[in-house]
Amino acid sequence: MRTIISVIGKDAVGIIAKISAILSSHKINVLDITQSVLDDMFVMVMLADISQSLVDFPSLVSELDSLGNELGLKIHTMHEDVFNSMHRI
Amino acid sequence: MLNSFDILETIKMIEEEHLDIRTVTMGISLRDCCDSDIDRCAEKIYDKICRSAKDLVSTAETIECEYGIPIINKRVSVTPISMLADCVESADVTKLAKALDKAAATIGVNFIGGYGALVHKGFTRGDTNLIDSIPEALAITNNVCSSVNVATTRAGINMDAVARMGKIVKEAAHLTADRDSIGCAKLVVFSNATEDNPFMAGAFHGVGEGECVINVGVSGPGVVQKAIRRAGDCDLADLAEIVKRTAFKITRMGQLVAREASRRLNVPFGIVDLSLAPTPAIGDSVAHILEEMGLEQVGAHGTTAALALLNDAVKKGGVMASAHVGGLSGAFIPVSEDAGMIDAVRAGSLSFDKLEAMTAVCSVGLDMIAIPGDTTADVISAIIADEISIGVVNNKTTAVRVIPAVGKGVGDEVNYGGLLGSAPVMNINTKSPAKFIARAGRIPAPIHSQKN
Repeated sequence: MRTIISVIGKDAVGIIAKISAILSSHKINVLDITQSVLDDMFVMVMLADISQSLVDFPSLVSELDSLGNELGLKIHTMHEDVFNSMHRI
Repeated sequence: MLNSFDILETIKMIEEEHLDIRTVTMGISLRDCCDSDIDRCAEKIYDKICRSAKDLVSTAETIECEYGIPIINKRVSVTPISMLADCVESADVTKLAKALDKAAATIGVNFIGGYGALVHKGFTRGDTNLIDSIPEALAITNNVCSSVNVATTRAGINMDAVARMGKIVKEAAHLTADRDSIGCAKLVVFSNATEDNPFMAGAFHGVGEGECVINVGVSGPGVVQKAIRRAGDCDLADLAEIVKRTAFKITRMGQLVAREASRRLNVPFGIVDLSLAPTPAIGDSVAHILEEMGLEQVGAHGTTAALALLNDAVKKGGVMASAHVGGLSGAFIPVSEDAGMIDAVRAGSLSFDKLEAMTAVCSVGLDMIAIPGDTTADVISAIIADEISIGVVNNKTTAVRVIPAVGKGVGDEVNYGGLLGSAPVMNINTKSPAKFIARAGRIPAPIHSQKN
């Protein structure tokens, strides 16, 4: 399964490093990463393969959510298909 | 990879604009639960529902987590219980309602629909027993919903059933008088009822359906409203395009969830119902979409035209997004469940008669409308007859869910909280239709029913 991890909020030092640290500790491979500024917001999007993940999906969601709260950012972790089905015909 | 703008748009729809899956409803056939002994029949019903839907709630919750999209309700619809009432010897069939209620509590769904009958042409013994039991069944259960189909375009209108339902609605109000007559909020009278509607209170598992099926109802009035706001001063053709595009995206989400729920539960996918279903929450209102289109307040002249455009564009956008579209599919206009409708009634800009006109161009009917508690059964029957006529003549589903709130008059309010919301009691015409209703019989099917 592939998941989209999106980060929205104010830019700061070390966001990508902190998220990557969590992902690598769970053996989650980052396939692609992009960042941009949209509507005055910093937006970073990661595509990750969680098929070898050492933790189950709800735990990953909650761990990244907590990190988001800690950093004052919104981190969403959602199945890739949500976006594919909505934006691709 | 997907672009950030698209990802941000989806997240915004969910976070800020109340995009959600309104319901995942499992339809379950109970036709194999017949038994002449009512206790045995009740036991079979309970067992079958619990067996079929044991994983419904947990599966929906897993999908909710993985996909990050809220699934507000998990529900069950069953074969019209009148078909089982035909088999049981006992005339009192309320034990079957209790079995449904108990099953709903066990599997953790918030509503179970199907305690109803299809009597558009006539009554069987079971139909009569079932209909007579509705007021008590709704009073002694928490989660059971009831619907009765009294007319179709093919069969005409069973006015005996219409007359009977006026009395049943009154009785349901009285038996739940201590709870703002909430029994009536769980009772719908239909014309052209759909067999695969996932929304309550009118959901039931039709006789043409299979053993078990997953139907999904999407929502998202807030998403449509915000899209119209962002578009600014465009003309109405452009506005219809915006609604279509938005409806497409919303429905794709519904299709994805329906497909996943179907696969994981190993139950066939039935339909996606692409309705705009409001909730009392701010930013989740169909009335506010109409106002965003340019009406000062819903109920103003122009409301019916705006709603017609909205309803049509939602269907056009949605049909391409799903393999099977069904149910009611369109805009819902329940008064108590829509903050904008409630405000418009309070302000005096939305009348009962305007609501009736609006139902001619959208997907349901006179829905969740509180009327004075002293309204007679004849007047309620006549309200039903009028609304059902609109459905029969226009070859569409219409429905009546009115609440004659016991002890309350115009200016008072009923308050249920949660999704059912609150409603100001509305003024209605009290001139007597008694003689017309007492004529009974069947209103013949309209000429355009002759299609063969």
